[in-house]
Amino acid sequence: MRLEPIKNPTLARKLVPPAIALISTVVIASFLAMVAGANPFSVIGLILKGSFGSQFAILETLNRATPLIFTGLAVAVAFRAKFWNIGAEAQLYAGALMTVLLGTGILPWPSFAILPLIIFAAILAGAIVLLAPALLKTRFGVDEVVTTLLFNFIFLLFISMLLEGVLKDPMGMGWPKSARIIPEAKLPRIVDGLRLHWGFGLAIFSAICIWIIQTRSTLGYEIRAVGLNKDAAAFAGIPVNVVIVKTALLSGGLAALAGFSEVAGLKGSLTLDLSPGFGYTGIIVAMLALLNPLGVIVASLFVAGIFVGADSMSRAADVPTYLADIMLATALLLMVLAIMLTRFRVVRD
Amino acid sequence: MEIIDILFTASFWAAAIRIASPLIFATLGELICERAGVLNLGIEGIMVAGAFAGWMAVFSGTGLWMGVCVAMLVGMLFGLLHSTLTVPFGLSQHVVGLGVTLLATSSTYYAYRLALPEVTGPPKIEPFQPYDIPILSDIPLLGPALFSQTPLTYLAFILVAIVGVILYRTPLGLAVRAAGENPAAVAAQGLSVTAIRMGAVMVGSGLMAVGGAFLTMSAFDSFFFEMVNGRGWICIALVVFGSWRPGKALLGAVLFAAFDALQIRVQQTSLGTHIPYQIFLMMPYILSIFALILMSRRAEVPAALMVPFNKGER
Repeated sequence: MRLEPIKNPTLARKLVPPAIALISTVVIASFLAMVAGANPFSVIGLILKGSFGSQFAILETLNRATPLIFTGLAVAVAFRAKFWNIGAEAQLYAGALMTVLLGTGILPWPSFAILPLIIFAAILAGAIVLLAPALLKTRFGVDEVVTTLLFNFIFLLFISMLLEGVLKDPMGMGWPKSARIIPEAKLPRIVDGLRLHWGFGLAIFSAICIWIIQTRSTLGYEIRAVGLNKDAAAFAGIPVNVVIVKTALLSGGLAALAGFSEVAGLKGSLTLDLSPGFGYTGIIVAMLALLNPLGVIVASLFVAGIFVGADSMSRAADVPTYLADIMLATALLLMVLAIMLTRFRVVRD
Repeated sequence: MEIIDILFTASFWAAAIRIASPLIFATLGELICERAGVLNLGIEGIMVAGAFAGWMAVFSGTGLWMGVCVAMLVGMLFGLLHSTLTVPFGLSQHVVGLGVTLLATSSTYYAYRLALPEVTGPPKIEPFQPYDIPILSDIPLLGPALFSQTPLTYLAFILVAIVGVILYRTPLGLAVRAAGENPAAVAAQGLSVTAIRMGAVMVGSGLMAVGGAFLTMSAFDSFFFEMVNGRGWICIALVVFGSWRPGKALLGAVLFAAFDALQIRVQQTSLGTHIPYQIFLMMPYILSIFALILMSRRAEVPAALMVPFNKGER
């Protein structure tokens, strides 16, 4: 067999494969839930109810989507340039670290200036963490997939060291946990009394900014050119290595905002379980969004909905929560296949 | 001084060889995939799946070697999934690989929870026991280190030689290497690039799974979450460090494992008590990155690595 590009894909061609991918994911998840002893026809309903079925559920999903929008954007920006940043997890923790370093009241700054300062510092920290793999790639040709992956492990151990050492909260009853941030460093809630903080607003704002950068700026054009064909981009006079480093700084900064918003908006302190893999899930979000910054918002809601819904479904139907991860992995693999089939036809020789 | 003393104990080298064994299996597996032109980032998840599948088989009553076969089979199934998506369909090897890792890991954890819902502590199996090779194991220092290991470790070393011979001395090996260097030439010979690459990924994934199974069936005796803990990613670094050659990859794995065994022992000395333990745990990852930097300039990357081949396309 071989693949043949389709010149003018019909509407059905564009819609049917992704729809089949989505339905297959649901069927596979239902089947696996049945293996676990649950009613296969109730699973998807329970997930939907748990993620979008009530005001509480919706707010929970929006809260869960917030860090995913940031890490999804981070991955989308980097993958556009074919810079494979698998290290959003480390950059997320860098942002969270900055937030507790500056947010626990060590700075005699006026209260209105504290949040902007922390945001700036968090972005900087994440950018610096990704700068190392970017420079290793451009200077030495070291593959960034492996370095960013390994940095996740190194950075998490570094955080663990700090939390058991200098950053350890003396009031933390022995838990490896940082001190809480001061109220001035906290992200306020969007509506009083509702559990949704301005981190969500910042995430939407970031997505729009990145969309503008990608579609309306020279940098966005250069990033796309480098991603499509490095050699052609270099031939056209684009400084490929500079663009890669810029992309990395942008991507690292975005991922760091996820850590910032989790600490400043929700948790209030830094622990080792701050992120249940938001950095890795960002890859799924970005791919489901076809690397489109506005699509990242939608994909984050979808992914967050599966996580939140699967949590409540798992309690109600006694199915292990790992079903959510299986669903996401299946959706990811089937969706990349489906997207390809919207543009290519499989021809038998 | 204590460090020098450690280097001259047989138990240190025995530990190094033991730590190296799963890495050797998985590195060989990744090497075969990459030599055929496919980067397999499913390695981390496939090792998790292999660790569980082999252990579970033995736990439910099969023999140890049957467990190894089950692990290998499960690995090959994930290899089939990976290669179907990346070879004939030519999808991004990065995305598919990470997807396979997530799928293999989460379905393993799901299966573990379903199979053993009530357990609090992980149940144990009777793992592979060390086998003293007659005469050779009596050599001072070298004997206990090299020739008093479990059968799976011997298998790992033998496999390095077998893979080396197949890759460099047989038509099959030539076809695999050519698929990773110049697939168009392979197709011009009338061979199927798709079949060669898919076969290589499946065999390679099977080896990765056996590497995982070593953890539950030889190094330890039970399965627990997070047990692979980035070993797969380290193996990808080891393939680069070994410049895509089995012998050099073996050397890299042993060196790496020796360093790992050393840091465990240094932690227990007077020096180690003054340094946070996290620093020691970071060392393997930092070392991998340094190895990559050292070798990156010299590495002979397969020319068609990560380049999908679509027949009839020029």
